Amino acid sequence: MSEKTTNMKVVEGSYAVAHAVMCCRPDVISAYPITPQTHIVENLSQMVADGDLDSEFLTVDSEFSALSVLIGASACGARSYSSTTSQGLALMYEVLYNVSGMRVPIVMNVANRAVGAPLNIWNDQQDAIGARDVGWIQIYAEDVQEAVDATLQAYKIAEDSGIRTPVMVCMDGFVLTHVYEPVHLLDKELAREFLPDYKPANILDPAHPMTFGAFADPSTFTEFRYQQFEAHQKALVKIEDVAREFEETFGRYYGGLLDGYFLDDAETVIVTLGSVVGTIKDAIDDMRSVGKKVGLLKLRSYRPFPVQALRKALKNANCIAVIEKDVAIGGEAGLVTDLKSAFYNSSIRTPIIGFVAGLGGRDITIKDIRKIVAKAEASRGRIESEFEFLDLRTEIL
Amino acid sequence: MAIKAGSLVDPCSTLITKTGAWRTFVPVVDHEKCIKCSLCEIYCPEGCVHQEEGLFVPDLAYCKGCSVCANECPRMAITMVLEEK
Repeated sequence: MSEKTTNMKVVEGSYAVAHAVMCCRPDVISAYPITPQTHIVENLSQMVADGDLDSEFLTVDSEFSALSVLIGASACGARSYSSTTSQGLALMYEVLYNVSGMRVPIVMNVANRAVGAPLNIWNDQQDAIGARDVGWIQIYAEDVQEAVDATLQAYKIAEDSGIRTPVMVCMDGFVLTHVYEPVHLLDKELAREFLPDYKPANILDPAHPMTFGAFADPSTFTEFRYQQFEAHQKALVKIEDVAREFEETFGRYYGGLLDGYFLDDAETVIVTLGSVVGTIKDAIDDMRSVGKKVGLLKLRSYRPFPVQALRKALKNANCIAVIEKDVAIGGEAGLVTDLKSAFYNSSIRTPIIGFVAGLGGRDITIKDIRKIVAKAEASRGRIESEFEFLDLRTEIL
Repeated sequence: MAIKAGSLVDPCSTLITKTGAWRTFVPVVDHEKCIKCSLCEIYCPEGCVHQEEGLFVPDLAYCKGCSVCANECPRMAITMVLEEK
């Protein structure tokens, strides 16, 4: 067993992520507990109390305060961390814009959960997809290992002097936060080599006074937004570079912006993000064994949305099915809408159909995946339905 | 002047950021009527009324045209006039 494959432990997803955060050496952590994120910050609090992590751990009155505190900390040059979910992320909404607009590179794990009402603590991705336009980079993890690795990568992306943009590392609540599975915990020294200390060019310093996020009138506001837009374009390159650098140091790589599974010769391609990828891979194995050319495209980076990479990766498909755990009520859903818009002005005329499934913690099964593949195949001739609720229980309506 | 990402600005940025463009009405001072009581300078919420060669005048780079000065003037020496731009 090589050095790179040792140190594998069976741990809870939340612990694994907390351990990864510890290896990132944040100077300030500020968080408010909320299911299913709680274990992440509980573990971090314990690490600070035990002296394993030299960090200022702030317990605050709300998620709004948690993230607001970090703006000040990050502007002072402190590497800053928080974690939240669902209603907590919703309560941060105003602050999310302030963070991205002030260009402070905060990293936050989002333990994806449904947003009430009705009250529901289980997993879907409505919370983060609903915050897709706030200017944060969003990376989605398939499993605990990816959540661990993406957390370390996130700081390297966020703190790049040309990017300076906050990152949400999204992991499905319970499915990943509460699962126990074997994980390569990060090596502290390798992590330090990979991610040096945070040394920003500009900080809040009484000796050299400066304002962050100053008032911008109509003569400059557009240009500040454009700079954020441009930073996301740069991040498209940086995310891939960091994933490759990570591979050199830690020996693991599973795509930068996106990853494929039996993608090259696939006729039907399923596009999705998050932990449902595992189930889809199993379903594809079954279908491949009987000669069905089905493939998967797993999106890692939802913001920035990798239009060119998606066009390239999906150019050979002859039908595309998007499955996602969010709904844009009054429209369709985040991923399918973005994918269609990415293709509209390209030469690709492949039918794209969208499925909402797994809302509020409902399991997405292999049977569900077979169903969407059948519907996608049928859409080659004529699209029956562009968008539907896959697992709708019509009998209780 | 180039902007800095994150809207980072050095001190005294209000010297660069002029806000008078918000104005609809502009105060016009009749210096014949003015008794130099300085109430306009005291009450101006922008602090933009100042003296130039002994005469009280608003700094139009910052004056929002709120008409507080005209309202406070005991000699009705200030008239608010619709400004055409």
